[in-house]
Amino acid sequence: MAGDALIELRGVNKHYGKLHVLQDIDLTVGRGEVVVVIGPSGSGKSTLCRTINRLEPIESGTITLDGHPLPEEGRELAGLRAEVGMVFQSFNLFAHKSVLANVMLAPVKVRKRKKEEAERRARQLLDRVGLAAHADKYPAQLSGGQQQRVAIARALAMEPQALLFDEPTSALDPEMINEVLEVMQQLAQEGMTMVVVTHEMGFARSAANRVVFMADGRIVEDRTPEEFFTAPESDRAKDFLSKILKH
Amino acid sequence: MNVLTDNFSLYGEGLLGTVELTVLASLLALVAGVLMAAFRVAPVGSLRVFGTVWVMVLRNTPLTLLFFAVLLGLPRFGVVLPFKVFAVLALGCYTSAFICEAVRSGINTVPVGQGEAARSLGMTFSQTLGDVVLPQAFRTVIPPVGSTLIALAKNSAIAGSFSVVELLGTYKTLNELGYSIIWTFVWIAVGYLIVTLTISALFNVLEKRWGVPR
Repeated sequence: MAGDALIELRGVNKHYGKLHVLQDIDLTVGRGEVVVVIGPSGSGKSTLCRTINRLEPIESGTITLDGHPLPEEGRELAGLRAEVGMVFQSFNLFAHKSVLANVMLAPVKVRKRKKEEAERRARQLLDRVGLAAHADKYPAQLSGGQQQRVAIARALAMEPQALLFDEPTSALDPEMINEVLEVMQQLAQEGMTMVVVTHEMGFARSAANRVVFMADGRIVEDRTPEEFFTAPESDRAKDFLSKILKH
Repeated sequence: MNVLTDNFSLYGEGLLGTVELTVLASLLALVAGVLMAAFRVAPVGSLRVFGTVWVMVLRNTPLTLLFFAVLLGLPRFGVVLPFKVFAVLALGCYTSAFICEAVRSGINTVPVGQGEAARSLGMTFSQTLGDVVLPQAFRTVIPPVGSTLIALAKNSAIAGSFSVVELLGTYKTLNELGYSIIWTFVWIAVGYLIVTLTISALFNVLEKRWGVPR
């Protein structure tokens, strides 16, 4: 496991009305570490992922990125978000822009890169996710798996320090899941810091340094995948695993 | 019937006045309307309040009353401008409230994920709105904005009562000259149709070019 902490959550709490979605969450993600967050629906794992770049504001506790606490809404927060890429369940590619323009937009607008340089880099990234031939298409013309790979390229174009994945394969047909997971596996091997909320247990086993199991707004277990999958400690995790690993 | 041929220049001047009012007030309404819509969805509370008050006041004031307020009120504060400029201000600001709401409803049709993706990439509020949300909202607001601008063209007739040269106002002169009131109004109506049908045609083209493909 890598040394210094890149993402650190301390005593994080959040409510949706009466529902206490995050309860005293403590989580540290080291640089270069891959943390997979799993758990039943409604356990707060997506919310947890979204608090890290403050798409969801929190009520109490602290979140620090590379030692800096998350700033309030504004320019400073935007600067910090640029360092943390995010990949969404529903891809969220910009529908009115071509694939290439999707990947180029933020580097040009946020990083103030030159157009030519951003385009060259964007084409490299699209090539890397195997979509160089689709650069001029619009998102709606691509399959779900292709769209998600573009979304990963778009996040990588900002050269972020960490990537957040919020159920990246949950909206995909089974045959498209692997093409996305392969890209993610590759990123993990290259040492990208990743927080991945997923139901893909195969990915958790093979790529994760740690598995965080959440239930009812709490982190119940935080262990290596080997330990977690072979000998879960809590009843809640045993129950969860018995249900999903049966088939 | 010869009311048109006899008074072609008078009609022409009136039509030109209406076109001028419509074009200038439309530009003002579009700029102010989009800006107010941006204010109403901004993360800054005071901007949201400003936008909300702007829409509430202007949308709920009768336009004639607004003309009185601008033409009689502003000079009291030392703002003395040609009546035509006052008319453009009154018409433009009034219509901007409706444009604002049309644009805001367009913004609401863009999935939240689009804005979230932009923000997660480090884009600021104005970049998110300008580069991602508004271009997509624009496509859905073309029809309602077209309707609002047609209403503006017709509302410009009120300026005639405040000694601004425009199409409807020509009927006074023609009436005094003893022309048939019916034909006078028929040709005035044709003049308005020219303006409003032009706007319709323009927005049809925009919709074909930019509208959401289904």
